[in-house]
Amino acid sequence: MEAVLSFEAYQEGLAAGRLLGLYCRDCGKTTAIPQAVCQECGSRALETRELEPKGILQTFTVVRVPPEGMEPPYIVAMAELSCGAWVTGNVVGMDPDKAGMDLIGKEVAVGARVVKGDKYAMGDLKVLAFTVV
Amino acid sequence: MREVAILGTGMTRFGIWEKKTNTELFAEAALDAIAASGLEPRDMQALFFGNCLGDFEEGQLHMAPFAHSAIGLPVSAPAQRFESACATATVAIRQAALLVAAGVYDVVLAGGTEKANSMGTPLATRTFAMACHAQTETPTGLTFPGVFAMAAHTYSSKYNIPLPELKRDMAEVAVKNHFHGAKNPKAQFQKEITAEMVLGGFMVADPLQLLDCCPFSDGAAAVVITDMKRAKELVAKPVAIAGTGQASGGPLAKQKDLTVVRARVETSRAAFAQAGLTPADVDVIELHDCFTIAEILALEAIGFYGFGEAHGAAARGETRLGGKGPVVNPSGGLKAKGHPIGATGAAQIVEIVEQLREEAGARQVQGAKVGYVDTLGGDFGTVCNIILRRG
Repeated sequence: MEAVLSFEAYQEGLAAGRLLGLYCRDCGKTTAIPQAVCQECGSRALETRELEPKGILQTFTVVRVPPEGMEPPYIVAMAELSCGAWVTGNVVGMDPDKAGMDLIGKEVAVGARVVKGDKYAMGDLKVLAFTVV
Repeated sequence: MREVAILGTGMTRFGIWEKKTNTELFAEAALDAIAASGLEPRDMQALFFGNCLGDFEEGQLHMAPFAHSAIGLPVSAPAQRFESACATATVAIRQAALLVAAGVYDVVLAGGTEKANSMGTPLATRTFAMACHAQTETPTGLTFPGVFAMAAHTYSSKYNIPLPELKRDMAEVAVKNHFHGAKNPKAQFQKEITAEMVLGGFMVADPLQLLDCCPFSDGAAAVVITDMKRAKELVAKPVAIAGTGQASGGPLAKQKDLTVVRARVETSRAAFAQAGLTPADVDVIELHDCFTIAEILALEAIGFYGFGEAHGAAARGETRLGGKGPVVNPSGGLKAKGHPIGATGAAQIVEIVEQLREEAGARQVQGAKVGYVDTLGGDFGTVCNIILRRG
C-alpha cells in the first residue's frame, strides 16, 4: 500500500509554495512529516491537507561548527504549526548572532528553501524556512 | 531464561589512534576480555560487533568478519555487525545477553570499535549528522551539538531557569566528569578543568561551548558474556546482567519536547522492572553525557531526579565521587573518557563491571553493588539501558 503523501509529493508541494501535511481521521491530529502512518497514533486513515504556513517557534540553536560543506553560522529551530504539528527547519532573514532566548514563543511564517545536496544526500532538498513575523 | 553474566572485559585507552586500524583496536580489547575470562578465542560461539562509520573512517564496510579473523575466532562462530549510532555497543551487548539467556549461545564476545577522531572534525560532524533524519533534519545543517543545544534552550525556557544559571550548572557537569576522568588511565582527557574554562570556550552550537561537548574519539572495548552457572566456574567475581531495556524514537518533529526523551523513559522502566529494582537501589551510573545537558536529561528520564530537578546535581556535588547520590560517570563519562561511538556502550559496561568488582582504583565507588548503564543513539532515536549487579 502506497503512502497517501510521498516524500516526493511533499517536496513538490514545497517547491510550489504549499506546505503539505497529513490529517488523521482516527485520532484527529495533523502531522507534517510525510509518512505512511500517523505519527501520533499509527493509523493509516490519513488524508493530505495543505497546512497553514505559520507557527510558534519552540526552540533553536545557532550552529557554529558545521558539517562538511555547510557555511556557519546559521539557525536551526523547531516550531509548532497552528495545526499542532511540529516541524524542524531554519530561521532565515535575521542575523544568527542576534538570536537569543526571546526567539522562543515568537510567531513565524513557514516557507521553504533549497539545500544543495552533497555526494551523500539523495539530492537537492527543500527544507522549511521560518521567518519571524 | 537463564541468568546471564559478564566474564572478562577489555578496552583500549580512548583518544587518538591515527596509526592503528579499527580491527587492531578491537583485537586489543577483545583478546584482553577473552584472556580475563579464562578462555581462548576458539571458545567464542559468536561475535556481536559494533561499528558505525568504518566505511568513512577506513573504507571498510562489513567489518565484523575481519574483526572475527583478526582475533582467531572459529569459522563456525558468526560475526554480526550492529549499528545504532552512539548506542551501538550497548545494543550489541544486550542482544548477546538475550540470546545467551535464551540458550541459543553459551559464550558470546560483544563490543565495538570506532575511529571517529581520525576522520577530522568536518567529516566526523557530517557523518554523525547522518544519524539525524536525512529527509527533514540533516539538510537544515543540524549537528549533534545542535540537537542538544536545542534541548538546553527548551530546558531553560520550560523550567524558567535563566540561561546563564543553567549554563553554570551544565559547566559543573563537565568539571565533575573531568575530575573523574583525571583518575582514569584509559580516559582521553585525564585533566581537571574549571567552570570558568567551560564558560570561556568557543561556541559550538548556542548555548553549548567547546567543553560542554564530548570529543571525537578512537578506541575499542569488549566483554565476554555467558550464563551465570558457567561464569561462577570461570571467574572469581562474575557480574550479573539484572535487567535490560531498549526503545526507539523517530524524527525530532515527532518527539517534540526534547527535554523528555520518551524512548529513555520506556527503556529504563523496562530495565528496572526486569531487574526488580528501583533508582534508589543504584550505587553507580555510567550514562550518556555526550553533552553536559545530556547528563541532566538522562538523570531525569531514568528517574534519579524529577523532571526539571537534575540541573543542579553536579554543582551540589551529589553525583561526584564521595557525593550523597549515586555516583555518575566515575570513568569520566563520554565527556572526559571519550566517545568512540561504536565502542562507547561496551566501555560503560567495562567501567561498571570494574566498580562492582571493586577494581576501579582511585575511581572506586565504595561498596557499589548495583550499577546502571545508559546509552543514547542518534537524536534520541535509540536508547538502550543495562542494569548490572554483583553476581
